Amino acid sequence: MITRFLLSNMDKRGYAFLAIVAAIGLLVPLANLLMPAGSPFHVSTATMSLWGKYLCYALLAISLDLVWGYCGILSLGHGAFFALGGYAMGMYLMRQIGSRGVYGNPVLPDFMVFLNWQELPWYWYGFSSFPFVMLMVLLVPGLLAFVFGWFAFRSRVTGVYLSIITQALTYALLLAFFRNDMGFGGNNGLTDFKDIVGFNVQAQGTRAALFAMTCTMLIAGFLLARGIVTSKLGKVVIAIRDAESRTRFLGYRVDRFKLFVFTVSACMAGVAGALYVPQVGIINPSEFAPANSIETVIWVAVGGRGSLVGAALGAVVVNWAKTMFTSGFMAPYWLFALGALFVFVTLFMPKGILGTVQGWWEKRRKPEALPAAEPAPAE
Amino acid sequence: MRILPSLLRMLALAMTLAFAPAVALAQSGDDAFARLNADSFSDTARAIDILVQSAHPNAAVIIEALADGRLLAGGGAVAVKTKEGGFLDAKTGQALAAAPAGLNSVRLNNNVRRVIQGALGGLGLINPDPAKRVAAAEAVFRARDVSVLPVLEAAIAKESNDRARRALREAQAAILIVKTDAPPFDRIAAVDVLRERGDQDALATLRALPGDATPGLKEAQARAISEIEGKLALWRAGQNLWYGLSLGSVLLLAAIGLAITFGVMGVINMAHGEMVMLGAYTTFVVQELIRAHAPYLFDWSLAIALPAAFIVAGAVGIAIERGVIRFLYGRPLETLLATWGISLILQQAVRTAFGPTNREVGAPSFMSGAFELGGLAITWNRLWIIVFAALVFLALLAILKLTPMGLQMRAVTQNRRMASAMGIRTGRIDALTFGLGSGIAGLAGVALSQIDNVSPNLGQSYIIDSFMVVVFGGVGNLWGTLISAMSLGVANKLLEPYAGAVLGKIALLVFIILFIQKRPRGLFALKGRAVEA
Amino acid sequence: MNAPVPGALTSSLLYLDGVSVSFDGFKAIRSLSLTIEPGEMRAIIGPNGAGKTTMMDIITGKTRPDEGTVMFGGSVDLTRLDEAAIANLGIGRKFQKPTVFDFHTIEDNILLALKSKRTVLKTLFWQTESVQQKRIDEILGIIKLADKRERLAGSLSHGQKQWLEIGMLLAQDPKLLLVDEPAAGMTDGETAQTAVLLKEIARDHSVIVVEHDMGFIRELGVKVTVLHEGSVLAEGPLDQVSANERVVEVYLGR
Repeated sequence: MITRFLLSNMDKRGYAFLAIVAAIGLLVPLANLLMPAGSPFHVSTATMSLWGKYLCYALLAISLDLVWGYCGILSLGHGAFFALGGYAMGMYLMRQIGSRGVYGNPVLPDFMVFLNWQELPWYWYGFSSFPFVMLMVLLVPGLLAFVFGWFAFRSRVTGVYLSIITQALTYALLLAFFRNDMGFGGNNGLTDFKDIVGFNVQAQGTRAALFAMTCTMLIAGFLLARGIVTSKLGKVVIAIRDAESRTRFLGYRVDRFKLFVFTVSACMAGVAGALYVPQVGIINPSEFAPANSIETVIWVAVGGRGSLVGAALGAVVVNWAKTMFTSGFMAPYWLFALGALFVFVTLFMPKGILGTVQGWWEKRRKPEALPAAEPAPAE
Repeated sequence: MRILPSLLRMLALAMTLAFAPAVALAQSGDDAFARLNADSFSDTARAIDILVQSAHPNAAVIIEALADGRLLAGGGAVAVKTKEGGFLDAKTGQALAAAPAGLNSVRLNNNVRRVIQGALGGLGLINPDPAKRVAAAEAVFRARDVSVLPVLEAAIAKESNDRARRALREAQAAILIVKTDAPPFDRIAAVDVLRERGDQDALATLRALPGDATPGLKEAQARAISEIEGKLALWRAGQNLWYGLSLGSVLLLAAIGLAITFGVMGVINMAHGEMVMLGAYTTFVVQELIRAHAPYLFDWSLAIALPAAFIVAGAVGIAIERGVIRFLYGRPLETLLATWGISLILQQAVRTAFGPTNREVGAPSFMSGAFELGGLAITWNRLWIIVFAALVFLALLAILKLTPMGLQMRAVTQNRRMASAMGIRTGRIDALTFGLGSGIAGLAGVALSQIDNVSPNLGQSYIIDSFMVVVFGGVGNLWGTLISAMSLGVANKLLEPYAGAVLGKIALLVFIILFIQKRPRGLFALKGRAVEA
Repeated sequence: MNAPVPGALTSSLLYLDGVSVSFDGFKAIRSLSLTIEPGEMRAIIGPNGAGKTTMMDIITGKTRPDEGTVMFGGSVDLTRLDEAAIANLGIGRKFQKPTVFDFHTIEDNILLALKSKRTVLKTLFWQTESVQQKRIDEILGIIKLADKRERLAGSLSHGQKQWLEIGMLLAQDPKLLLVDEPAAGMTDGETAQTAVLLKEIARDHSVIVVEHDMGFIRELGVKVTVLHEGSVLAEGPLDQVSANERVVEVYLGR
């Protein structure tokens, strides 16, 4: 039943996406590990980690697309779920440092020693166990999303109001995590990681494994999201996006459907964050910055909202462009480019890259009428 | 009323003290110069007392020189090196032709410095200018130098200015507190005087009461301290309230333009903060121009910057509306994204043009400084910003209620299609509304340039707060925005002492998040079917 | 099938008594009383602002009345329930402006409306059974959209959307249908067909039709209730109602 749930209705584009991600996930680590450094087929560890980061963003974009593209909930706080997943992983990695920290305290992370803390706060208990952390990576963002969504959707907060309070949510978390007494390293966050499940986090082999793991989770996330949106629940969710009150009059409890999608999406974002942290080597409060969450929205918009492949594509394209831009002499102008991208995509490419290309394609093949309407505004 | 007899008694005491010793001490003026030669801190301190009490004609010059390290002594002679570099004979005040040989600076330690401070205060007590006398009395109050007491009491006897007399009495009381051999009754009266003064300094002075005090005195002291502490706590609450109003007025200024664009047009303008920033940078540019070309106009710089900022921000606003937003009506989420993009572009443009660092915006004279109102410290810039926010609010209300444009704006808010059918050019109204909202943000920028860093990130720090204000107050309702801004400002500042700045802010954000769930349309929402659209 | 529930307070399917609601001081409904019997079809007419749509909002849970009783099936208090719960009780609603899901195919629109468990898990692991598929096909046939089943609903004409919405109501299989101006914007031919369709539906459902089109109501040939300023002005067969002095004055015109 699970297989059928995940693979039914898979289209050509979906299979192509799966094939590409699987191939990358297999070939890039091999090219990194087996090819000699001089070979044209060699992929450096730095490049691999960079692309690993892009793929984490792709998973984040898919999770956002699930709520925005399909359910019409524009979350401006998805970065918060990503960062919470990241912090959960960061806490695990901190605990793995053990007595190798600067202060050599076997239990307390360096920043706690620095702050003169005597014992580990209770909420750090358990984070030395990997399975527990895996659970937390899902549970912490999921629980926050569930509680937040339970309040918000039940009281029918929609549209821009919802967007603004999701932004307030991540802003509040940003302020909170900046505080030293929260016990998450304050301003500096968590860094100087050593090991992950017993392997050196800096080692080439570990990096390759992390990259492969990222691809695997991206595939899993894609399949899960795909399974959801193509199920009848997916149809209900799209119906909610396009005509919320009509859906309610059909007897669907709109709040519960929204809550389900929002929570699943937050868990996916948490996984993306957890994979991101060991590859980037640091997690700090700036991940909660509202600007990050809005940037995620633009990845989805660029790729094509309402298309999971598009969202992933958008994340990779925009971040690749960002790297290109900010590493050259154009670096100071990146914000101009990013800003212009926001304006251009909303004005001229409301369906994103994928939607626009598909539109041309379909127009050439069968010029007959499709609905003239734009992707419906949510509310 | 109880203390009146004791005061009279103190006064009588002071008078006898003031006249009796004058003659007796006159001849011991020479003794002072001998003591200054003794190269001993205690002798130096005693010498100062003698100079003051004997009212030596050169006392002020000598003690000032001593304080500056310009008093030279040696071989029985004492000389003053003037600030200009010449020399005077300390005793006679005559100029000396050449630098006297063999003289060294008289050395100081902290005790001597304290005595000097008290002595200078004591000398100032007989200054003809009442304000100077008050200042001198304050210095004596802080120094609590027992030796000044006779001079002080003489001064009290002669004092005719009410304010100065009060200051002198307080100084006297401060000394009596530490003067263990003073009559206990006088000291209790002194506690009362300090209790009436009732500020932080009075508290500190009361706490300096030596441990040997009588039980009655101690009890009076404890009562006075608790009374003053209660009063100070009240003033502190008042001060926080004032800070809250000040923050509220800043929030109001930042949010009110947003209330218009969001309320009237349903447009989420994420670049609103950047309009504020543009206003602040316009102020900077105007001030630079004035500094370069017409420095005498500097006090008018803000008045000149106001229309300039309104026009700059308003023009940019209209350009954004015509260029981008009008293509996105009915798609609020897309508008949000596009205006976010615009905000990035504007930030980067300003960063490129003016650099990433903070720019200095000066304060005209009428905006700098502070004054005290009871126990409140009120800075002029905050006061003016509150006044300014109120004026902007009233002006906006007047525009919306009284002008034809306001009428058309309200018509478009209520029913765009109907307004259009009645011949209102909704496109033009949209552009003007947006221009107005942005222009007001520009005005806010002028005000904020006085209290915040003028940097490309200025707008970012206000945008979330502004949205919170508008959403909390209820969209489309200016009074709601006012009440919301003020209550959030005050709540924030009242929470701060208990929760700290950051936690207080988080608490408010969480509160608003919960509040919106309860009342999704804000405090003062429009009701009925019309809202559903 | 619409037999009164045992222990019911009333034998009526829908029972409104003394219902009032106001928006910002404006009384949209004032002590409205109305009963619909099981299996009955009722036409409701009234000028603009008479409270027809607000009445439907109250029945379907979109608006809460300030006072009054709204009972369904004899014992269920509708004022305590939300839209979804009321829909699941068996009250279907067709809006004045046709509201279908533009980005779903016609078939999916019917599927979404099809009577079934509406829980999150049930929909997540939904498999359409053959009985259900047959019912969908049947409805597509009734509303004459079988050949367009794969088209997106957004591409339909106005009249076709009205029909699709009626089809969705059929799929919901409600005990009571609220139909708001089903003939609005239709050609005469379509209107006639719609009347036939509604009459067919009324054979095994209770129906409330709000309509302006007198010809359409005459075609339905059912009891008519006239609303005016939020309360009932007259009730009875169309001929009797249209002879009523007051009705002529406020609504039909002289």
